[in-house]
Amino acid sequence: MTATADVTAALQSKFPRVTPRPSGDHPAVNLPPSEVVAALKYLRDEFAYDLLVDITAVDWGVEASPRFTVIWHLLSTTRHEYVRVAADCAGDTEPVAPTATGLWPAADWHERETYDLLGVKFENHPDLRRILMWEGYPYHPLRKDFPLAGIDVPLPDIEVADITGASVKPAPMMGGPFVASSGEMNLTEAEPRAKDESWTERKEKPADEQ
Amino acid sequence: MATEFAFPDNASKIEAAASQEFQTEKMSLAMGPSHPSTHGVLRLQLELDGEIVTRCDPMLGYLHRGDEKIAENMTYNQFVPYTDRLDYLAPLANNVAYAIAVEKLAKLEVPARCQAIRVIVSELARISAHLLGLGAYGIDVGAWAVFLYAFEEREKLYRLFEELTGARFTTSYTRIGGVARDVPEGWTGRVDAFCEQFLPILEETLSLLTRNKIFQDRTAGVGIISKEDAIAYGLTGPNLRGSGVGLDLRKDRPYSGYEQYEFDVPVGNNGDCLDRYLCRGEEMRQSVRIIRQAIKKFPSGAWYAEEAKKIFAPQKAKVLTSMEELINNFMIVTEGPQMPAGEVYFEAENPKGALGFFIVSKGGGVPWRMKIRSPSFCNLSILPKVCKGPLVADVVSILGSLDFVMGECDR
Repeated sequence: MTATADVTAALQSKFPRVTPRPSGDHPAVNLPPSEVVAALKYLRDEFAYDLLVDITAVDWGVEASPRFTVIWHLLSTTRHEYVRVAADCAGDTEPVAPTATGLWPAADWHERETYDLLGVKFENHPDLRRILMWEGYPYHPLRKDFPLAGIDVPLPDIEVADITGASVKPAPMMGGPFVASSGEMNLTEAEPRAKDESWTERKEKPADEQ
Repeated sequence: MATEFAFPDNASKIEAAASQEFQTEKMSLAMGPSHPSTHGVLRLQLELDGEIVTRCDPMLGYLHRGDEKIAENMTYNQFVPYTDRLDYLAPLANNVAYAIAVEKLAKLEVPARCQAIRVIVSELARISAHLLGLGAYGIDVGAWAVFLYAFEEREKLYRLFEELTGARFTTSYTRIGGVARDVPEGWTGRVDAFCEQFLPILEETLSLLTRNKIFQDRTAGVGIISKEDAIAYGLTGPNLRGSGVGLDLRKDRPYSGYEQYEFDVPVGNNGDCLDRYLCRGEEMRQSVRIIRQAIKKFPSGAWYAEEAKKIFAPQKAKVLTSMEELINNFMIVTEGPQMPAGEVYFEAENPKGALGFFIVSKGGGVPWRMKIRSPSFCNLSILPKVCKGPLVADVVSILGSLDFVMGECDR
């Protein structure tokens, strides 16, 4: 497709550190985080990618480095084309990315969600609070080291927690008996099973190391 | 000699007096999470100056189930029932959007009959979702009868859904590479009959609201969203089109064979609550148009991708009699439909807006990461902007006109 080549080539001539990103569908580029905002602005103003569709991040696993990649999807309301911009975050435990709230107000909630679920901090975001989990929740659940079943945490309402002694419990059956894992693997490994087999309803869960 | 006459500076005196004597205090009001007009569990933290809303801070997450986390831990087909529970007013449309997204990852084309079935069920789901939106909106602004009319029609649709999928509500109809089963004998005829009787009832229902003085007062000029704001906040669907942006993915990036059908994309002028309502009304008529065309040239042939043996589970009769099919069935059930590694993003034009799935695959039958871009989430993000200045009663009107679903917003 010509439009695909156009956007990538134009971005590359404007921002020399841009590299094409393998993609099965839309034009996609990799960028260093420091150039993301300028590139997004360039795409918005020069290529009419005026609608910020989505911001999200991918956790590539605990051992991976760079561990987090933030991904922006833009759509042009006039040319009806998408583009995908990706940037590897600096910092593997406390990833940081630049904010796009200056370009689109829509970025506000998307960045809050990405921060909430994956712990990516968007620098200079005006109001980086949690959005889906409650304020004060100690984990970022979409990280790969967060167990599917969840972790025992206090109730969000401290008063209720004090009186009842109740807490938010991990899901029963270790997050479900029919969970499977990603990636190419042999049949035995791919067989749907419980994620964490160190405990069951009958056997006590081993104490958390933390 | 004319002396310059100075008017007594009343205005500033009154203002000064008012600021001393009638000092108002801003009130904080939590609207929801259980409130009839928040259509689910949305909490709006409002700051009020008398009757006027000065600040609105939406609090989400009361219905957060962690769907994206769940998706990373199960095969592609296992996640289909979870898509029912996104926009639970149009589960069929979600099923279709999800299936197409995963098929795009596999670079798989489904046969024409399957595409037509998907178009028909998506449009039926759109009618059903808009009917509920319409009925609930009627209640929000004080018109009960509309709700009863709308729900009667929805009931007829649900009977059709039940006949097709076996479930009224949580349909789980699509599979990767096809649909769960072919349409039953005579079903398309019954859909056609539904369309036939639905149009006059739709006109009657809409006529209860469109030119109703009370409804006009509650909606016209209320909650105006400009074209620029609608784009800047990432609105999609009828909310974007109500503001005058004619973006419809069925038209602009056709999928599932939408390019074969003739239909119009309604667009609003003012971007107020009334325009958004009018857009939905017209979309139902256009959906009927699409369904009729799809039924008229309903293709025969396979209703699933037969050549994709590692993706679509073979038919049960063959599984029980043939070795190869038995193995394939076993592999697809245990390992999931086999996908190549890669990244794919697909958005479908759902009743609420563009429902997107961003899938990162490392190969195999389970996604490494799946992001669900929910239209309700994006549409609600404009609330702090649009709920700055209206009356409390208008907030109800605005919420209803944005027509969101919390199941999808919170995921």
